[in-house]
This record gives sequence, structure tokens and C-alpha cells, in this order.
Amino acid sequence: MIEIIDIKKSFGEDEVLKGISTTFKPGTTNLIIGSSGSGKTTLIKCMVGLYDTNGGDILYDNRNFSEMNRKSKKEIRKEIGMLFQGSALFDSLTVEENVMFPLNMFAGTTHEEKLERVNSCLSRVNLENKNNLYPSELSGGMKKRVGIARALSLNPKYLFCDEPNSGLDPKTSIVIDKLIYEITQELNITTIVNTHDMNSVKEIGDNILFLHQGKKWWEGNKKEIAHTDNAVLNDFIFANNINW
Amino acid sequence: MFTQFGKYILLLRQLFTKPENLSMYWKETTREMVAIGIGSLGIVSIIAVFLGAVTCVQTAFQLVSGLVPITIIGTIVRDSAIVELSPTITCLVLVGKVGSNIASEIGTMRVTEQIDALEIMGVNPAGYLILPKVIASLVTIPLLIMISMALAITGGLVAGHLSGAINYTDYLDGIRDGFIPLLLVVAMVKAVLFAFIISTVSAYFGFYTHGGALEVGKSSTKSVVYGSIYILFTDYIVAQVLL
Repeated sequence: MIEIIDIKKSFGEDEVLKGISTTFKPGTTNLIIGSSGSGKTTLIKCMVGLYDTNGGDILYDNRNFSEMNRKSKKEIRKEIGMLFQGSALFDSLTVEENVMFPLNMFAGTTHEEKLERVNSCLSRVNLENKNNLYPSELSGGMKKRVGIARALSLNPKYLFCDEPNSGLDPKTSIVIDKLIYEITQELNITTIVNTHDMNSVKEIGDNILFLHQGKKWWEGNKKEIAHTDNAVLNDFIFANNINW
Repeated sequence: MFTQFGKYILLLRQLFTKPENLSMYWKETTREMVAIGIGSLGIVSIIAVFLGAVTCVQTAFQLVSGLVPITIIGTIVRDSAIVELSPTITCLVLVGKVGSNIASEIGTMRVTEQIDALEIMGVNPAGYLILPKVIASLVTIPLLIMISMALAITGGLVAGHLSGAINYTDYLDGIRDGFIPLLLVVAMVKAVLFAFIISTVSAYFGFYTHGGALEVGKSSTKSVVYGSIYILFTDYIVAQVLL
């Protein structure tokens, strides 16, 4: 479980997050939605410690991440997997080496055990027999799946996905959404997805957090969002005339 | 400027924290040694041979006088190559080749969130990405400079013979004449300092790249410009202090 309490973040004079609080429960897919510039990516980056907050607390299973020193934060980060918007695969490494990278860094197991783990992660994201390809030889959807496999390699308790569907066609987006949702259920992890994609909201939103102008504007699930009377949220979700 | 210097020092401090996994760092260091050392051998060799050749021919041209023994050409080529041409010119070339490569590689990793990915995994990105490059530079660049010295002297020998400016015997006599070992020490001090400047200055510009492809290009250019200036400045300080 991840709890965020009154998170504030400013860049100079620009106040991007104005005190956001919520709880993300394990085994649920939590979506953060909002228009561009609403603070979604900043919130995720604050939660994983890529940005320092200007106030508030982030609790990972009651462990206060905000008050930890660098060493303790590193320990928590070993429990975090993250899928980046552009996948952030290491260009000079093959698919296998990318997925094995966290294992090589931190897992004290034999090469055979690591390879077995890599193959199981790649098989989970339906990428068998692609071990020796380089990121430049993969499609956008495959890169995202390798990114997910890498995020899963160390058995994370928390999975963060920043715009997992950006740059993907609708069909591949559905595959990625489904994959994230299934993995969350199977491994009982806390998943937080930052997205613009209303199809994702409709399909996998166990819990949805709508940010507007740096504030939490609405929170609910995929059933509730279709019947909300929140004008700003309605304006956002019905912008592309999705049939709910 | 002080802010930049402070950030540079803080980055250096991050390099020397305990590695998460020594074998991964070692693997990366050997890869960098091959990339920097073997990868630069060709260009360094070509430049060294021509530096020696040009120095020999020009010195011969300027010393057409019965008052100065012809063997002085060999001595001048040797001393110029050891104390200045090989360390400084080689490193000015390497800051363009190796430095820009380091800055653009790390800069690209920054803008494509690969550095963020390392940080999320709990890896110290500065340590993992930069330290192997620094160690590889500190090992391979002095070796390249030693090779460059030998090739520059050889280049002078061949050019002197081909141009008819000086024969082998006189040139070799000049090479052996009045050698001061301190020059070799000065050259190696320069080599180590320049290697450190090339790797850390370019890594600094790459590591703090923000934006996209345009900024990666700018970081790469800055690393070459600032690296060259710092090399020349350090060259002067070392000469002033040690000679």
C-alpha cells in the first residue's frame, strides 16, 4: 500500500502539486489522469523520489519515504518497478541483458537462475525468443513489454507506469493495459498508472485519481467515473466522445 | 560559474560512493577501456606520426646554420613530443573524440530517462555510468600518450630521412643526447590530469543535460569547448609548477 499525504511540489514560482493526498491499495490498478500540465508525471516522480517534494509524506507500507536517507531510499527502490514513457531501455544491451540488469546488480543468484527469471518475465509479457534483439530492433509495443519485464524482474511490490500507451496504436494499447492489469492481480502489487488514455480508464481503472491544476479534483473507480457530475472531469473524459 | 563548479564537485563526490556490484562496474570499466583505448588508437597514431614529421621538417628548415649541430633536430623533436605535443595535442584530439562521445552518450541516456531508470532501480547512476569511464580514461589515455610519443619520434625520424633534412644516425644521436627524465614525469602528470579532465568534464555536461536532442548536441559541444580550455589551462599550470 502506498499512502501520499498532502504532497506539494513547486518548480520555482510554479506550484505544480498543491497538496495531494490519497491511498493506493495492493492488488489494484490505480490510474492518475488529467490534462497535460496537471501534475501527473510530477506526482509519480515525487513518489519514486526522482523529485524532492516541497512538503507532505509518502508512505510505502507505513515506511515514510520522504524522511528516509539516501541509503534507505535505495532499499525501498529495490521494491519498485517502473515503466517509463519511452521505455528507457538501455540501448547498448540486448533484451535479455536489459531484463537481467537489475538481477545482475542486486540478486545474488547464479547466472542460470537469473536467466530462468529473465525468461519467465519475458514469457509473461509474451516476448519469448526475443532475448538477443537490441531495443532498436523492437517495435514500440515490444519495447513497453520489455520495460514491464525489466520492472518485474526483481519481484516488485510497487509498479509505476508513466504513460504506458503513449505512441502505441489502440490495439497494442489494449494489450499493454491488459498485461498491467493481470500482473497487478497475479502478483498482488500496488500499480500506479499515469495515463491520458480513456480506454485504459474504462478497462482497468480500479481506482482513478483525476488531477486538475495541481489538485486532486476527483477520485473513484471506472464505474463511478461514467456517472460523475463533476463538470471539469466530464469535460476531460468526454472530450473524445468515448461511449461508456 | 561557482554554481557549475559546485555541481561538478558534488558529481565527483557521487562517483566515489560504494559500488552496488563490483563485477558490474569492472565489466563496464573494461568495456570503456576498449572503447576509449583501442577505439582511439588509430587517430592518435596518425596524429602522432604527422606531429613528429612536421616538427622534424620545420625544425630542420629553421636551423639551417653551420653553428648549430644537426643532431639538435632529433633532440627538439624528442623533447617537443614528450613534454608538449603528445600529451597536449593528443588530449585536445581526445576531448573531441572521447569527450564528445561521453557527453552525448550520457546526455542521451538522461533525455531518454535511462538515468532515471537506473536511479529507480536503486543504482547510483553517476557511479555506474561515469566512474568506469574515468578509470578507463586514467588507464588508457596515459598509455595512448606513451604510444604517441614513440610514434611522434619515429615520424620525425622517417620524415627527416625522406626529406633529406637529417639522416638516421644524426637523428638518433640527437634523440639520445641530454635526455632529462623529468620531462617524462611531467608528461605523465599531464596525461593523468588531462584524462581526468576529459572524462569528468564531458560526463558532467552529459549528466546535467535537460531537454532533447538539441540539448544533447549542445552538451557535447560544451564538453569539447570547456574540456579544451581546461586542458590548456592545466597544461600551463603543470609547466609552471614542474619545469
